[in-house]
Amino acid sequence: MQRPGDFKLPPFFSYPPYFTLQPVRETREKQVQLWKDLILDYCRSQKMYIISLEEDFPLFSNPKIERSLSYEAKEVFLAALVSEGRAEWIDKSHKKCLILWLRIQDWGNYILDFVKETGLEVTTIEDIRSGIETHGTELAGIDRGVLMRALKLLEQKGKATIFKGTSADDEGVKFSV
Amino acid sequence: MSVAAADWLPSATVTASGRPVLSAGEIERHLLPLADLEPEENPRLAPLRGCLLALTSHRLIFLHEPSLSARALPLASIVHPYPPHRKNSHNPLRSLFSSSSSSSSHHPRIRLQISLPPSRSEVVAVVVTCKADVDVFYGRLVEAIRARAWEVAAAAVPAGGGASVAEGAPPREDLAIRMPVVGVSGILRKEQETWESAGQNLQDAFQDLNALMSKAKEMMELAEKMRQKLLTNQSNSGDEEMGSKQDMQDLLLSVGIVSPVTKETAGALYHQQLSRQLADFVRVPVERAGGMMALVDVYCLFNRARGTELISPEDLLQACSLWDKFDVPVMLRKFDSGVKVIQTKTHSDDEVFARISSLAQKPDALKKGISPTDAAFTLGIAPALAKEHLLNAENKGLLCRDVSPDGFRFYINLFNEIDPQNIYLTKTHGVYHTWISVATAAH
Repeated sequence: MQRPGDFKLPPFFSYPPYFTLQPVRETREKQVQLWKDLILDYCRSQKMYIISLEEDFPLFSNPKIERSLSYEAKEVFLAALVSEGRAEWIDKSHKKCLILWLRIQDWGNYILDFVKETGLEVTTIEDIRSGIETHGTELAGIDRGVLMRALKLLEQKGKATIFKGTSADDEGVKFSV
Repeated sequence: MSVAAADWLPSATVTASGRPVLSAGEIERHLLPLADLEPEENPRLAPLRGCLLALTSHRLIFLHEPSLSARALPLASIVHPYPPHRKNSHNPLRSLFSSSSSSSSHHPRIRLQISLPPSRSEVVAVVVTCKADVDVFYGRLVEAIRARAWEVAAAAVPAGGGASVAEGAPPREDLAIRMPVVGVSGILRKEQETWESAGQNLQDAFQDLNALMSKAKEMMELAEKMRQKLLTNQSNSGDEEMGSKQDMQDLLLSVGIVSPVTKETAGALYHQQLSRQLADFVRVPVERAGGMMALVDVYCLFNRARGTELISPEDLLQACSLWDKFDVPVMLRKFDSGVKVIQTKTHSDDEVFARISSLAQKPDALKKGISPTDAAFTLGIAPALAKEHLLNAENKGLLCRDVSPDGFRFYINLFNEIDPQNIYLTKTHGVYHTWISVATAAH
């Protein structure tokens, strides 16, 4: 319908009450659900991992109808994602939020599927994030922290081994599928 | 025990909330919460028990509250009221030991010599079974008998005029008991009259007060005459005059409550009786206002009708809160916001919700939402009340709010219409669909 990165916004994005935190419990539950879905969809399509409450986030305002979310509303919707394990507060003051449109465990499975498909056995962290092999997949541009946690989960399961490279930020991984 | 049994007395009309219906010019003088009426000499006459006793300028009304029925003893039939006494006053110890259920002998009694038609003389006793100042009651009774208000009223009100204001039009019941003309009781009454003249000096002191009251009466009669005139002229008047006449008539109709319940007359029964009178009074204006009225509006209306006998907001609130205990057609309602209203019991929110819902689904409202002012205009009520209705509808999930720099508005609730499984899916029918077509047309 409108705006950025050819993401198609649902019609209710132009519904003014969508941007006002609804006080009635039942109505709010539905509103929160719609916000959770939209945030996850949007972040996934835009490969966004961090939402900062204090910076502009395209979803949180609709200039066409001149409506935007209040700080409280943003916090409520993100907190709802956090409570479902689809997001995590990065800082104690709840100003930055890590969005997990795939859960860590799902990321692990996704990586395993990718490895099985491509036959890639040894690679570096940086190659996963920006290499040619992952181009065009969900892994391209993955948040480093998210990737490391997914790999560590695989390591615990004995499916991968993380090893240090020559420099501190050059780590490698060996998959044993 | 039942009031119906005492058919030797004419029955009296009672309002839906249990207040006696007064006839034209009749004014309440005093109330006793609990009293009996016992015939002292004639065992064939059934006694009245456990009644609220209302003394008016015309009658003694025995109101049996549980059954909402009443019998009245016209003051005109009282030949002589004897001062209050206790049957066993010479022996207070005996009354202390006698069980209260056996008889009401230790209660103060006011014996009345009355005459029943055709010319039968009886002695009955008003037994005051509650804690009340009997002497004050007796004083008021004697005063009322002496004032002979019923004679004035009968002369002043033309036949068929049948008009009492604001308390509903009561049927002017036939007086089953008429003034005696001859016989022993006639002689007794003559004596009574000479005795009365001795108290003339005392009455002179009240002259000013009475003059004021009779002036007020004249005003009431004038208002009534004007109303009658307006009614008869209505048929042959032009359309443009109709409006002003209607206004005038409404004004005259609302001149007031002839006999407002006051602390002085009702005493301990003040709030209870006030509550009943209020219930009778508000029903019509509340129905006219669409079934609901803000408490402040009722306060103003009620006090205007009472004229000089103003009540305080606390009295009003207390009167309203007593409605739970009576079977009255109105109720007090408190909205979540704290706004208090009076509504008829038949008033249903569903009807209001239906109207709000259809208002919110008009194309313009779909696009821009509705404000309390819009709703007030459509529903024909005050904006403060309209806002309560909107908030109520929001609570029910019919509406949801939009708070923006433009103000506080309400939209029809679309959240229920959207499929959470597929947020991009739009059905080809329903409110959501209608809204989308209206909203996309706007941008």
